[in-house]
Amino acid sequence: MSIQAIEDTKVKAFPAKPAEVIAFTAKARRRFEPIVIAGKLASTLVPPVIVIALMLVVWQIACSSPTSSLPPPSQVWNEAYDLIAHPFFNNGPQDIGLAWRVLISLQRVAIGFGLAAIVGVALGALVGQSIWAMRGLDPVFQILRTVPPLAWLPLSLAAFRDSSPSALFVIFITSIWPIIINTAVGVRNIPEDYRNVARILRLNQFEFFVKIMVPAAAPYIFTGLRIGIGLSWLAIVAAEMLTGGVGIGFFIWDAWNSSRLPDIIVALAYIGVTGFCLDRLVAAVGAFVTRGTTAK
Amino acid sequence: MTAYLKLDHIDKSFARGGQVSEVLRDIRLTIDKGEFVSIIGHSGCGKSTLLNLIAGLTKVSAGAVLLEDKEVDSPGPERAVVFQNHSLLPWLTVYENINLAVSKVFGRSKSKAERHDWIMRNLDLVQMAHAKDKRPAEISGGMKQRVGIARALAMQPKILLLDEPFGALDALTRAHLQDAVMDIHSRLGSTTIMITHDVDEAVLLSDRIVMMTNGPAATIGEVLAVPLARPRRRIELASDRTFLRCREAVLKFLYERHRFVEAAE
Repeated sequence: MSIQAIEDTKVKAFPAKPAEVIAFTAKARRRFEPIVIAGKLASTLVPPVIVIALMLVVWQIACSSPTSSLPPPSQVWNEAYDLIAHPFFNNGPQDIGLAWRVLISLQRVAIGFGLAAIVGVALGALVGQSIWAMRGLDPVFQILRTVPPLAWLPLSLAAFRDSSPSALFVIFITSIWPIIINTAVGVRNIPEDYRNVARILRLNQFEFFVKIMVPAAAPYIFTGLRIGIGLSWLAIVAAEMLTGGVGIGFFIWDAWNSSRLPDIIVALAYIGVTGFCLDRLVAAVGAFVTRGTTAK
Repeated sequence: MTAYLKLDHIDKSFARGGQVSEVLRDIRLTIDKGEFVSIIGHSGCGKSTLLNLIAGLTKVSAGAVLLEDKEVDSPGPERAVVFQNHSLLPWLTVYENINLAVSKVFGRSKSKAERHDWIMRNLDLVQMAHAKDKRPAEISGGMKQRVGIARALAMQPKILLLDEPFGALDALTRAHLQDAVMDIHSRLGSTTIMITHDVDEAVLLSDRIVMMTNGPAATIGEVLAVPLARPRRRIELASDRTFLRCREAVLKFLYERHRFVEAAE
């Protein structure tokens, strides 16, 4: 169409009829209804309760013969009742409730994992940021991360000459690899635009790290932290079995040596529940910290 | 008289895997203070590369970018860029995004209260003060781009660089933002360079339109002055002779003399 043609065509706008406004009547929000909430609760709680009950029944039947090598649940309940019912008793240095033991193990995890988180994020940032650091360090990391946690223990006992720092070192060395690797991936995936913004603002290395790199890589970092905390909980129980002390791991070893099988089973339940809570805790912190980060 | 911004015989080539591809050749251009210049050309002609060179995000292969007679070789807040995809940091609110820039640029020269006023003034300028506590994910594409412009303006740049700022927006939002940019330009008199592939947009906003030839080794084909008085009104211009003549000149350049040939290897 030529320009002349556009000029000649006069476009007349005619006013449209005003649209009728139809009031939108939203259904009044249902008020608090106990039945609905109870129903929802039941649908989440009932299935696992049934499964656990079934497992207990099968276990009871399987282990009820007098020649059975493992105790049935009823025996566990009777013999380890004080451990189940009183997690916080304290009768002297080696006779304490399982909750105390778990807390002691958790304290070790907190120190070892905390150090691993700091060092891991810093190393991961370096590897993600610098192509030469990656080329040099990545193969080393890939090999070292496959070493099982306990394989580090003799070496660390030799180096530290004490069981307590050795246990911390095992946690540290176990949980650091996924943190490093995930942080590095996260840093490598920072969009070029964010880097350009930082360059235009002339952010220095430290400002870039704090204000751009860590928040941008946070979803990856928290994936690494979540894997790391799971691994360190696995490692501490195993390490404590060998190093002794008052942790939950050593309690299991001690119970085995004095043939208290029911105690071991209760301790396993404690370990499982604690590991589950740790995982959920890190996931919740991650979800809180990275809110908005993943949205484009 | 020396030019405010001078692009002095700029060449740019990229080397990748032993192959050197020449993107820009012998770019010469001077821009005066307060001018609004658009750079238009077919995709792949190196317009964005040229903008990155002025921003300092990429380095020239030969020649120089001179801003007030000083050579530009690294990025800085005096050449603020508004990116095509806004580049707001998603974990910060609108206010915090601008604050990041303001506290870095004016951290020493302005007090905290002054910085706050400055952020709010720039948000007002793009009519986004109401959304200051929202995160980028919670506002529309046009609003994000407004905030991007506010962030760039808040650096108080000598030159504002717009890299296809409205490319990803729908036509209506685009028109609103063009009006906003015109308004800001008339109020602040900021020297502005805008990359675009929209002919109407270029004619409407610019004092001069720089037309690029096709790559490889693209260069400036023609520079068209747009002698339209400001303030310009979109509706009046739609039938304005000068506007139509300028528009036709750009169209002829792009579609007759320098037609885009797909896969011109």
